[in-house]
Amino acid sequence: MPYAMGRKLVGIMKIGVVVFPGSNCDHDCQYIFKDVLGQYVEMIWHKETLLAGLDAIVLPGGFSYGDYLRTGAIARFSPVMGAVKAFANKGGLVIGICNGFQILLEAGLLPGVMLRNTSLNFICKDVYVKVENAATRFTNQCESGQVLKIPIAHADGNYYTDPVTLGGIKANAQVIFRYCTADGKVTPDANPNGSLDNIAGIMNADGNVLGMMPHPERSAEAILGNEDGRLIFQSMLSSFGKPELQSKLIGV
Amino acid sequence: MNALVITKAILEQHKLSDDEYKKILEILGREPNWTELGMFSAMWSEHCSYKSSRIHLKKLPTTGPRVVQGPGENAGAVDIGDGLCAVFKMESHNHPSFIEPYQGAATGVGGILRDIFTMGARPIALLNSLRFGGLDNANTRHLLKGVVSGIAGYGNCMGVPTVGGEIVFNDIYALNPLVNVFCLGIAKKDKIFLGKAAGIGNPVIYFGSKTGRDGIHGATMASDSFDEQAAQKRPTVQVGDPFTEKLLLEACLELMAGDCLVGIQDMGAAGLTSSACEMASREGTGVELELADVPRREPGMTPYEIMLSESQERMLMVAKAGREDEVIKICRKWDLDVAVIGRVTDTGKVVLKENGQVVAEIPAKALADEGPRYDRPSSPPAYQEMLQALNHDALPDVKDANAALLALLDSPTIASKRWVYEQYDHMVRTNTMVRPGSDAAVLRVKGTNKALALSVDCNGRYCLLNPYEGAKIAIAECARNLACSGAEPIGVTDCLNFGNPQRPEVMWQFVLAIEGLKDACEALNVPIVSGNVSLYNETNDLSIYPTPMIGMVGLIEDADCAVTQWFKGRGDAIILLGQTREDLGGTEYLKVLHHREQGSPPLLSLDTEKAVQACTIRLIREGLVLSAHDCSDGGLAVALTECCISGSAQRLGAVVQLPLDGLRRDALLFGESQSRILLSVKAELAERVLDVAWDAGVHAARIGTVGGDRLVIQVDGDQRASGCNIDLELTALYDHWGSAIPRALGQD
Repeated sequence: MPYAMGRKLVGIMKIGVVVFPGSNCDHDCQYIFKDVLGQYVEMIWHKETLLAGLDAIVLPGGFSYGDYLRTGAIARFSPVMGAVKAFANKGGLVIGICNGFQILLEAGLLPGVMLRNTSLNFICKDVYVKVENAATRFTNQCESGQVLKIPIAHADGNYYTDPVTLGGIKANAQVIFRYCTADGKVTPDANPNGSLDNIAGIMNADGNVLGMMPHPERSAEAILGNEDGRLIFQSMLSSFGKPELQSKLIGV
Repeated sequence: MNALVITKAILEQHKLSDDEYKKILEILGREPNWTELGMFSAMWSEHCSYKSSRIHLKKLPTTGPRVVQGPGENAGAVDIGDGLCAVFKMESHNHPSFIEPYQGAATGVGGILRDIFTMGARPIALLNSLRFGGLDNANTRHLLKGVVSGIAGYGNCMGVPTVGGEIVFNDIYALNPLVNVFCLGIAKKDKIFLGKAAGIGNPVIYFGSKTGRDGIHGATMASDSFDEQAAQKRPTVQVGDPFTEKLLLEACLELMAGDCLVGIQDMGAAGLTSSACEMASREGTGVELELADVPRREPGMTPYEIMLSESQERMLMVAKAGREDEVIKICRKWDLDVAVIGRVTDTGKVVLKENGQVVAEIPAKALADEGPRYDRPSSPPAYQEMLQALNHDALPDVKDANAALLALLDSPTIASKRWVYEQYDHMVRTNTMVRPGSDAAVLRVKGTNKALALSVDCNGRYCLLNPYEGAKIAIAECARNLACSGAEPIGVTDCLNFGNPQRPEVMWQFVLAIEGLKDACEALNVPIVSGNVSLYNETNDLSIYPTPMIGMVGLIEDADCAVTQWFKGRGDAIILLGQTREDLGGTEYLKVLHHREQGSPPLLSLDTEKAVQACTIRLIREGLVLSAHDCSDGGLAVALTECCISGSAQRLGAVVQLPLDGLRRDALLFGESQSRILLSVKAELAERVLDVAWDAGVHAARIGTVGGDRLVIQVDGDQRASGCNIDLELTALYDHWGSAIPRALGQD
């Protein structure tokens, strides 16, 4: 049972970071929310079945269950996923990054699937994404059309869905990020993995579940040379009316 | 015990000599059984016993005020302040990677990661040093792709970033590629765990994956030369499962956070045999194990197979008596197999039972520490003088410097390795301040103000031409790479790749290289805290170039001071520290343009080197430097090119004037004189920087200015054809340098 339950944590967000066996960006997400942004973070073991008392859930990147069978395909059967679904269905804020996005797709919380990158290789590099919808709980601190530099690191980020679903999510402004050039042009050359329509991140219809392949937690600190990703976390905080707190860190 | 007749053929199969077998008879006072023979064979293999190298390794400097753990444990550890240690080591997986590149490289990564987290450190960085044949060879392309995917597949899944490395392509490695992997972790200084079986009666606990029939005699295989039949040894290569290793890592660190653990060691080469006897030997105790309790993948495994299996992702631990349940609970939480398989005893022996029946009984020290030691004969090869003889007069000087530079940028050894490192997750754990592609990788240390700089390096050709000088240069250049990021070197790990030690010329190379490492480490005041020796790197009687790979760790007290190698702004002054001489011997230029690997490697004065590095670090710490880059393969022209085009944010040209000073033009542009560093500084600070350098006794000159979209190098004082100048567009330079490897792989 989450430790946050019943605790008085005034003025800060209570974030749960789910730890699947094989998650490996869990500490990075914890670090951003807790050490950089000064929020309360709790690590949620995948065998937990209750998520009360939390404001937002992070499904972090990594190789849950070794990516065996298919990325995210086993994680969706984890005991915690029932609780994540219930949390999301009640309007709770859920962000899935990289493997977290893949899990959200497999779990049916977001539409579509992930295919192998067209190069068939794992790709780790900075990419540019265009904010297609800045009126969301994940992007309200961005400008519409703003270009963010955020790194990707995946082998299966080639988003695909059927034409009807694609039409639906586009019409409904659920496509949040698209791969683009440094100056914001959405071109085939700017697409690192073959993703349909250059899609890098999508949201559910209710606007409370976001999946994105790029890793904003890797580009949210000046010491790492890039703070663009921080806008996404700041947006989440802002949607809860919570301020970013003074960082406790040296060198940030 | 079975009545086994030990024949010559059986000894041959186990790579044991007659004398070694006699020693076994003395130790046991009887004939060994099959299991015992196998255990001796594995533990006394070159790979595990260092029998040809140990007497020489003793000469290396291994102590210093920062050293917390020197050689002899799973990894070395140096103090970085704030109550923390950097724990690091480098290891080879050459033979397995040649037989099966994906799994060979993957399990190499797995093995070195276990060495680090066994010590109680969380791994935060991987680097690798790779050597392959030329990319015009289809098998080399297969090996490169396989090795890179194997490293990526394992490291990425583990969530440990691969932040740097280096690759050299040379035909000498075509049938014996080198795959050396370096790993660094961070541990609390007072929470370092060692591989010791302490406390009589304490339980010996096995955890991790089950034991299978894979990798049996891997250690012996890795201690042998290769021929056409190498592919038949594929079953000795283990198969890695990074997912299980990730669980093992988290379980270990969770166990170590408590106080139930006494000692721990991973099961690497020689599997359960080495972990059991080494843990007991270090502590002067014994262990008694019940093999029926070892978790196994399949029924019917013999004691021989269980003891010699090199199945991956397994650990052996000694816990406090009575705390077994805590250990088991944590292992089960992480879905790992776990079993109490024995106890620590006071007999000094490794005693193995199968369902209560003793199946092997050997003194632990005899297996672990009392293996044979050889002072093998050494003498220079007959061809050494011919190799070193290089008649400069017979070499025409460069006629078209532009073409020569482009040819060098096309050389896969010099070209951008982006195709490789983009397949590695180099950012996970969010510490990577300087990514692959600069002289050194730089990682911040969370919770402190510090950063660590990491570099791996070795020029095997220099070592071939002069093993002593080559080894010295490997240390100097590695330290220079660190200095270029602003870091002071604090520790070294080495991975000594050589040919067959039974050849006197190989031992000669080895002994001289050790001398070179020793002298350079002592001069630069940096200890060697861990390492690995890989011998028998020869196929069809052809040995590799002696390749003593160096991994070095540097400390940057103020992380904000770290600099990178690429130019930062128009109008900045370019300053060259150090002097250019006529150093053409052993250069990449000579190989690419003249198809010769000959001559003496560049002269290295350790005093000069020390002064140049100290000066660079000081200038960087004073905030005067915008970029710093070591001049190495391809010389000044290639280094300047890299300053112009290796930055990810922007490319910046430069206009440079170089005085010829009586040198050959090719030596000036492409010679590989040591102890040279290219700096860029704000133009208004140039005079001050030059003054600081000259005051420190370092030769320094302003050679040009950053700006434009071309690289222009004008050689002054040369009245000959203008072809000696370089004038190229950055896009042309980048096209060659950036795409040489994908082009060679047919993936352009």
